[in-house]
Amino acid sequence: MKTKKLKKELTVEQKIKRRNFISFAVFIGLGGAAFGGWKWLYNSPEETAGITGGAHQPLRRALNKTELFFRNFFSNNNLVKTYPKSMAAKVVRHNSDIGSEGKLPPESWKLQVHKKSGEVLQITLDELRALPKTEIVYDFKCVEGWDQISHWGGVKFTDFISHFKLEDEAKLQYVGLETPDKKYCVGIDMPSALHPQTLLAYEVNDQPLPGKHGQPLRLIIPVKYGIKNLKRIGSIAFSNTRPHDYWAEQGYDYYSGL
Amino acid sequence: MLISLDEIVPDMKTIKEKHSLAMRWTHWVNFPILTIMIWSGMLIYWANDEYSITLFGHKFVRFFPDWYYNLLHIPSRLAEGMAFHFLFMWFFTLNGIFYILYTLISGEWRQLVPNRHSFKEAWLVLLHDLHIRKTVPPQKKYNAAQRIAYTAIIIMGIGSVITGLAIYKPVQFYYLTWLCGGYHFARIIHFALTLGYVFFFLIHVVQVVLAGWNNFRSVVSGFEVIDEQPKPVIETAHENEKA
Repeated sequence: MKTKKLKKELTVEQKIKRRNFISFAVFIGLGGAAFGGWKWLYNSPEETAGITGGAHQPLRRALNKTELFFRNFFSNNNLVKTYPKSMAAKVVRHNSDIGSEGKLPPESWKLQVHKKSGEVLQITLDELRALPKTEIVYDFKCVEGWDQISHWGGVKFTDFISHFKLEDEAKLQYVGLETPDKKYCVGIDMPSALHPQTLLAYEVNDQPLPGKHGQPLRLIIPVKYGIKNLKRIGSIAFSNTRPHDYWAEQGYDYYSGL
Repeated sequence: MLISLDEIVPDMKTIKEKHSLAMRWTHWVNFPILTIMIWSGMLIYWANDEYSITLFGHKFVRFFPDWYYNLLHIPSRLAEGMAFHFLFMWFFTLNGIFYILYTLISGEWRQLVPNRHSFKEAWLVLLHDLHIRKTVPPQKKYNAAQRIAYTAIIIMGIGSVITGLAIYKPVQFYYLTWLCGGYHFARIIHFALTLGYVFFFLIHVVQVVLAGWNNFRSVVSGFEVIDEQPKPVIETAHENEKA
């Protein structure tokens, strides 16, 4: 009787001990592995500087994969919300003027468009002003987290493409824009560039762009964060590979799409 | 008969299954992921840290004070914060989806989701926990307050994903941004939910400590150990005799 009882009790005790041991061993093992994995990721090497740079290598891979996933949701039918002119900020926020400091003598500026053939178009501001003007009042969004409703006017990028017969170029995957001094540059995937709300803007609040905001011509691309809205366009080129991009070289997502 | 019962019973323990493996897995996977999401979220928030609690013109709390930023090495790491946030968002979301699907399919939601008594009973739980009321409120796997808290935290998780998407892709997911009351409000909710997690965590840890080892162990090993007591049997026998 006594031995039987002991055996039975030990069985339950043993079960408890056994399951405790296994579950806590697995728990501590997996916890340790997770911690090790985190340390590995946190201390993972920076990517080799190139078109993109400044991010941990595995995180850059993740950003690029995430871009591919979210590109599936991009559509020209998804338009940025627009507002009445009266809601536009009178004082437009100015965050940076890398590549667009001061004022450019107007006569010295021409937009250079590099065609596939190697030909370079030299386009004056008057030629752009002669095209149909498109205006937009929308909520400009900065990657830092602030936003501001602002009012811009200029040439729709798709109008620009068709007027200067750049349809072949528009079949490539990317557009690259640079400031005249090449200090600032952005690369834009073609679907975003051809979005109906993308502008080559020469006006803000019905006035020609001041020095601070990219005089004489800047990119306004509402489907991207502010970092992609290059000020003072010097040249436009087309390619199937990612063009240089100022902030993508400093750890930011290349796509930066909204 | 009674004597033999006494002999067997004093240290008779039984194993009572409590938490499924899926629940334990998602719980413990969520903990480090949410920690990383909150940390990387702070790296992002720093770049435009405009929130504070201001009442009657007096600023009570500023999110966040400089000493706090410096302590956690938060300043000037926006790009890094975004890179971490947009990787771990996947794990946070997938883990959450897995938990919700499991809970729905297994039927465990019945023990979790508040029922029509829960909101009344939750007060009894609160009064009991604060030692105001002695009676132990009715409890199956979870008591009423737990049902409400653990269901709320899941809804908060869904809220974080939705408000997150609303500020991450406000153009492609414009309907989510609209649903969240616009870009600004979505960002505020996203931030407030995070404060909610921290608050939940503090209460949760205190409750787990108070509930003791057996309860904590069950979230790792899955079972609780029940000490079978002979007394109720004898008492019932007595009462029956009396009746």
